[in-house]
Formats: sequence, structure tokens, C-alpha cells
Amino acid sequence: MRQEWKNFVGGNWETDIDVRDFIQKNYTPYYGDESFLEAPTEATNKLWDKLSQLQKEERAKGGVLDMETEVVTSITAYGAAYIDDNLKDLEQVVGLQTDKPLKRAFMPYGGIKMAEQSCEMYGYKPSEKLHEIFTKYHKTHNQGVFDIYTPEMKKARHSKILTGLPDTYGRGRIVGDYRRVALYGIDRLIEGKQKDFAEIDRQGMRRGDFQLREEVADQIRALVDMKEMALAYGFDISKPAATAKEAVQWLYFGYLAAIKTQNGAAMSVGRVSTFLDIYIERDLENGTITEAQAQELIDHFVMKCRMVKFARIESYNQLFSGDPVWATLEVAGIGMDGRSQVTKNDFRFLHTLENMGPSPEPNLTVLYSSHLPEGFKKYASHISVTTSSIQYENDDVMRPVWGDDYSICCCVSATETGKEIQFFGARANLAKCLLYAINGGVDEKSKVQVGPEYRPITGEYLDYDEVMKKYDAMMDWLAHLYVGTLNMIHYMHDKYYYEAAEMALIDTNVRRTFATGIAGFSHVVDSLCAIKYAKVKAIRDEDGIVVDFETEGDFPRYGNDDDRADDIAVWLLRTFMSKIRYCHTYRDSEPTTSILTITSNVVYGKATGSLPDGRKAGEPLAPGANPSYGAEQNGLLASLNSLAKLPYEYALDGISNTQTINPDALGHNDSERVENLVNVLDGYFDQGAHHLNVNVFGTEKLIDAMEHPEKEEYANFTIRVSGYAVKFIDLTREQQLDVIARTCHDRM
Amino acid sequence: MSDNIKGYVHSIESFGSVDGPGVRFVVFLSGCKMRCQFCHNPDTWQLKSGTEYTVDDLLKKAMAYRPYWKDKGGITVSGGEPLLQIDFLLEFFKKAKEKGINTVLDTSGNPFTKDEPFYSKFVELMQYTDLVLLDIKHIDNEVHKTLTGHSNKNILQMAKTLSDMKKPVWIRHVLVPGVSDKDEYLEALAEFVGLLKNVERTEVLPYHTLGVFKWESLGIKYPLEGIAPPTKERVKNAKRILNAT
Repeated sequence: MRQEWKNFVGGNWETDIDVRDFIQKNYTPYYGDESFLEAPTEATNKLWDKLSQLQKEERAKGGVLDMETEVVTSITAYGAAYIDDNLKDLEQVVGLQTDKPLKRAFMPYGGIKMAEQSCEMYGYKPSEKLHEIFTKYHKTHNQGVFDIYTPEMKKARHSKILTGLPDTYGRGRIVGDYRRVALYGIDRLIEGKQKDFAEIDRQGMRRGDFQLREEVADQIRALVDMKEMALAYGFDISKPAATAKEAVQWLYFGYLAAIKTQNGAAMSVGRVSTFLDIYIERDLENGTITEAQAQELIDHFVMKCRMVKFARIESYNQLFSGDPVWATLEVAGIGMDGRSQVTKNDFRFLHTLENMGPSPEPNLTVLYSSHLPEGFKKYASHISVTTSSIQYENDDVMRPVWGDDYSICCCVSATETGKEIQFFGARANLAKCLLYAINGGVDEKSKVQVGPEYRPITGEYLDYDEVMKKYDAMMDWLAHLYVGTLNMIHYMHDKYYYEAAEMALIDTNVRRTFATGIAGFSHVVDSLCAIKYAKVKAIRDEDGIVVDFETEGDFPRYGNDDDRADDIAVWLLRTFMSKIRYCHTYRDSEPTTSILTITSNVVYGKATGSLPDGRKAGEPLAPGANPSYGAEQNGLLASLNSLAKLPYEYALDGISNTQTINPDALGHNDSERVENLVNVLDGYFDQGAHHLNVNVFGTEKLIDAMEHPEKEEYANFTIRVSGYAVKFIDLTREQQLDVIARTCHDRM
Repeated sequence: MSDNIKGYVHSIESFGSVDGPGVRFVVFLSGCKMRCQFCHNPDTWQLKSGTEYTVDDLLKKAMAYRPYWKDKGGITVSGGEPLLQIDFLLEFFKKAKEKGINTVLDTSGNPFTKDEPFYSKFVELMQYTDLVLLDIKHIDNEVHKTLTGHSNKNILQMAKTLSDMKKPVWIRHVLVPGVSDKDEYLEALAEFVGLLKNVERTEVLPYHTLGVFKWESLGIKYPLEGIAPPTKERVKNAKRILNAT
């Protein structure tokens, strides 16, 4: 066995690239409580103070501290850089995206226009030379896509029935197995890729083979670059990491290569906690580090994850407010053998929220099961109650599908680490699609014929059966157009903005999923309920387009544990997913769908007309799979029960649910609150629900933070929104109002 | 006959976590004869209003939340004043107990009497009740009358009866500035509670104005107009005197 692997239990992982096998053979489950945790070291406090100061300057400058205008980003575009040159010896984990902290790199490959616009928006002037290169000599992903879009696709995109498409920036959601850098060192990984490359050489190679060969060649180049990048910081990562400190550093270098080269909406870190614990445990055993040093390593690593920045444009910020990067990082989960995968390190990662205060990044995700150790469940719940910074996902529903070594590749979607990637596909607005069904494909806002010219509904009162029939046909159209559009996007992304660094850390023979998404979910369900159970009158404008509805009588609504509504919700999900499955997908990827919208529910709502459920034109849609505003009449658990009925098997890309609980409604004191929250999580996830964002605060706090963002206490006030966490004061006012308006469960 | 018995339900809260131990399904039954000046649910006063439920239907609805209850949680029946529908309540708790569900009664004690037929029913009800949350609105009978329109004698009698039965009780006291937060009253209340042998905890509920809009929408003049919620100091003071959590 190699010297670096001394004291590790051997196995298949020694011969093959098999990180999971290494973890399973070597990790130490922890069943205790948080009492072993250590406070931040002086070095951590100093560095964090410095970083907090930089973050303040960033906010004072309108959201961007500094931007690159001359250098095109790459793995090796910059030499070594530190949070503060005077404090660099304190940094246990080093490496920045550019040459200065929080400075945003110039990333033109997704689209030169967006790269330039993002600079200009913040008052920077990008180099003319770069403009020339990326318009004259080098095509970008964005150009490629718009070269081949059909007129129908452009119209659908423009009218926002297809929305949030990754056609101007990186698609993201590809998680390299960054642990491989630590366990094997780069040389072994290159060797593996060279072997793969040789194996692709077969008789009668065709187009797909050429593509793969080129990709592997790019991957090998990226691996070589990673070594050079690390050398600039004085580290030789050609060999495996020999200590805990090296393991964290090597792993971070892998991730750094990804965030230096890609600006995907989601740039997940992955499932690294249990893996790193193995190294920490070995060093603790050797007596070469103390618990305080172990915590320091994790604190500094997390500090780096809090620094990830990308240059974005205004319209992007409206979709994904508050500068998120989805540096998603998982803790906990249960192994296939039934052992808890909770280690002391899972506590350490959550503890960073106490040592350095609440923070939206990294997007800390607890892979939850009621069978997790009680001590850990309580600690996670305590962190939710005190910081509102973490989310929960049901390991019991994901494990059977993705195994016990999956990572969350964006906000809530799982992919098996190092074995699988996902083609991110944004969302289809099914609420708008319902209006298209009623109006025969004419957009209710622009009055343009966007969809097919099917016969519109002409009756004064809407008939359920008639609407359903037309809706079904319009969804067919939308699903086909949607998948076709995504196929083009991913073809071009592979061609012009390939993720060589991430893919270098993933098996060459990779499984691909094709992630579509649904927006407007709850509004469609409630609208169909209104049509079925009440009387809905269509209000037409002078052109005969239905622009509003008058609904007489009561009707069941999704979010009340009422099967009449919830059955329609299940029907909608199954129907849409079946239609997606019917389409051919790029590179034979496996189609999935999600019900999640991020903060984009506000923008999507703006583009969507009035609906039969009473939601007026322009009002925000409910986020993710959340019930609509004001629909929940029976409290939190009734709402959770409705969500829990949605079959995860039909939404393998995730079902996002965000709930806010007033602390006074959660229990009399903190220990009751912690215990009650654990019971809520157990009860919800035991019923097969997928995801929950938990916020614990009252509306008063939100209103005060909106009115007085300058108050020190709100500088890091973090809240969970659909699919991620965000500093509340970084949201647009419109989104702040939306968050406030959403159901707060605070019955007195 | 008991199978057909129906109750009037004002509303349901699937997630109650302060009305008894753990996570609870809270049923608010319709109807209350008290007219507390600080009432934050005047919309529950009317007896035959709301949704009619059979015992089985209501229990079935509650059972959907069993996964959240774990070892401590269960069902709380509140109101309105649940004892006004004691026949329904009795049947409901009896069936809940058959399923091993933890039951909590949240009451003002106003309908309590040792007269029959109420008292026998009450004694039986207590067999199926794990905990009583008893509101004592005011310890002084005269002030109690002004505040609620009713005497507190039978309420204090109920407290003593429960003490004799050794039925676990949480005493709850709404703290209204200028009305019930005077030290002398609080001390008298503390003394009374001190004599009871069954009190597991005492809770101080600070008066709030979140229900005022309901008075307005019902077209009734709000009697405590202008009274602000108690300050943190007064709440702390009351908690200290009453040895409350």
C-alpha cells in the first residue's frame, strides 16, 4: 500500500478509482452529540473578520467588489492569491478564483455578450481585444444555440413559457468527484483517463466516439493544468494527500479548477464530509492534529466556499437573486449497509454556521432520515432554529435511486458522485400552458400566436373535461418543444463550453440524466380544482382572448391534505413527466423532472396572466412545489402532507418545499423547538416527501430587515428560499415583499 | 346513538406545538359563553357554527398527522369552549384513547359544574384525557366577572377537582396590562395554584392584539381598545411570581 494510505483499510479502491469503496471501508460513524466541537481559532476569527470586511465593501460597491476585464479565465490564468497577503500564513486552505479575493473572473465561453454586459453593469470596461476574439475568432455557446434555434423556440423563450434556459452561461450542475484528487493524486487520475482514451479506440469509430475522444483529451489537459495551478501555491498534487490538511487542500484544488473555468448556475461541492473525516480521524489518532485544528480546517474550507463569485447580468440576478452559486455540500445520509454515514465531520460542517455565523453558501444540505442518530438530528435542528441556513432532503427516497454516495448537484437534485452528470434544463411554465390551452396557443400577454393554433375555448363558463382535453394537447406540444430546445442547448454546451475540469474527475463512461422542470405547479392544480369544483367564468378582452376569470363558489386547494386537490397535483406531475419521457433526449440521457423554481417564481409570475385560482396577472407564482399564497388553511403539517403525496419517482430531479415557522409557534423554548422540528422532519420524510427548506423566524424580523438593512444584525441574516439560501438583504425589494407575503406558519 | 353524534368544528390546526406537549393536532370546537374582553377568537363564540364532523371523520383527519406525533404529541381539543360539546368530546377522546393517542383538553372551565348530568360525563371524560390546559383568566371573582362576564367560582372548583383527581394540569394565564398583571392578583393566583397538587407547569400568555381584526369583521366593538401588549419586563415579572415556564 502507498505510504499516503497508511493505516487505511484496503479494498477495491486501491486498484480502481472507487471513492465510495474507500469511504465504506474506512469511515467511523459517530453517534454522540455536539459537545466535542471547538470554537473558532484565532486564525479563523482574523481571516473571517477580513473576509466580512471585504463582503461589506462588496455590498457598498453595489454587489461587486472587483472584476476582470483583461484576462480570460482558465485553470492556470492566475498565480497564487490569498484573502490577505499579510494573513496568508494563517490560511489552512488556499486558492482563489482570480488574483484577488471576491474578484470576478471573465468567462466568455458561455456567451461573450453576457460576459461583457455583466462588466458594464458594474462600471467595468472589458477589453476590446477580448471582444474581437470572441466575436471574430472564437464562437461561444450562446452563439451556437442561437444559430440553430427554430423560430418557434425563440418565441417560446421570449414569451417565457420556456424560461431560465441555460443558453447564455454555464449550465452547471455537474459535480466533479473532487475527493479523487485527494485520494489518488492527479497522476493516477491521468493514468486512468489515458487508459480510457486508449479503450475508446475501436473499430469503425463514429461521431460519438470522436466526441468522447476529444472530451477525454480535454480532461487530461485539465488534470495537467490542475497540477500547475496547485504548484503556484507550493503544493504538488500529483501524488495522493498524506494528511487531513492535504486532503482538504487537494480536494479544494479540484473544486477550484471547476469554479475557475465554469460559471454554471449551480457549482456544487458535493458529498465530501464523511470522506474528509477519514483523514481527520487518522490524524487525530496519530496525534498530529487536535480537534481545534480539525475544526479550523473545515472552517477555512467553508470560508473558501463562501467566497465563490461569478459575474452575472441583471436579468440573471432577477431570476436567481442574491448572488447564489449553489456551492452545495452534503452531510449525513445512511449507507446501503444500514450504517449511519454521520461522522464528527458532519457536525463540524454544520458548526461552521456557529463559528463564522449564518451564511447562504455553501448550500449546506442534510441528507435526512428518521434513522439518523438522535444526537445529529437534534444538532441539525438546533442549527435550523438558530440560523435558518440549512436544508433537508430525504435520504430514504434518494438512496434507492442514487445509492449512498450521491451528491446534490444544484439546489435539490441528486446525482451519483463521480458516476453521473445531469443536463440542467430549467423550467416549463405549466400555468402559462394552461392559459395557452384556453386561448388556443395565443399568449395572454403579448397576444402573439406562440403555441399551435388549436381551437380555443369559447364558452362563457369553463368546462372541466373540455379544459383537460385541451390542456393535455397543449402540454404535448410544450413537452416536445421544451425537450427539443434543451437538446440543442446541451449539444452546443458540450461543443463550446465543455466542463473538462469537472468531467476529468468523473468516470468516462458516465450516466447522464436530462433534468426538465415545472413552474407554476400549485396554480395549475388550484385552477383545475376551481374549474372542477366551482364555477369559473372566462373574461375576454376585445380580441376575444381570455385575460381574467371570475370564480364563484368554494373549491379545494392544494396544501390542505385534501385528496380532491392533491390527486390533481399527482396527476399533473405524472402526466407531464410521461410526456417528457416520450421525447428523444440528447446523448440518450434519462429524462427526469423537478418542481422547483428558485427565486424565479417572481419573474415567472410577471410573465404569466391571471389564472382561474384567483391569482392575478403579474403576481408571483408560488415557489417550487409550495402551495399557493393563502391556500393553506389547516396549518403546516396539512401542507407538508400534501407535498408528501407527490411521488418522488416521477420527479427525480427534486420537489422543493420552503416553509417558514415562527419560533413562538414551534415551541415554548429552544429545547422544545429543536425537539418539535425533529418530529416534523421525521413525520414528513417518513411519508416519502423529498425536500424541505426550514426557516425559523417571524414576519416582524423580515419587515425590520427590509426597512433597516444597515443594521449589523442583518448583515448575515440568512433565509432559505426555494432551493437555496440567501442573505435576505441581498434580495430585490420585490422578492423581499414576496418572501414576506408567503405563508408564515405563526398561528397564535 | 354515539356513532351519530356530531360536533361543530370551528377550525383545525395541523401543527400545534404550544398547546400541550410535542407536536399536536388542534381542533377548535365552536361555541363559548364567556365574553372575554381580550378574546382573540371571537369568531368561535357561536355554538352551532363551523363544520359538522362525526367522531370518526374527525379522528380520521387527525390520524393523518400521527407520523409527526412521536412519543409526546397527539390531539388537543380547544375552542371556543370544548366542554360545551362534552358528549362529542367524550366520544372523541374515548376513541382516540382506544388508538393510544395522547389527548389534551384546553378549556376555560366555564361550563364546569358538579351538577348532573354534566359531572358524571366530566369524570368519564377525564379517564380519556391525559392533560388539561386550564385557563384561569382572573383570580379575583369580581374582576373576572367584568373581564369575562362570568364568575370564576366554578372554574376554581374545577381546578380543585382536578387536583383531587390527580389529573395533570397546565395552568394558563393571559396577562392583560392594567387588568390581570397587577402583582397582588398574580400573587393571589400563585398562592391558589400552589395549593393544587397536579400542576405540571404554569404558562403566562402575554395579551396580544392579533385578533382585534376579527372583532372588527364581526362588527363588535373591541372592549380593550388602546391597551398595548405587556412589556417584556411585565411578562418576566409575572413569570417570576407564578413560577411559570
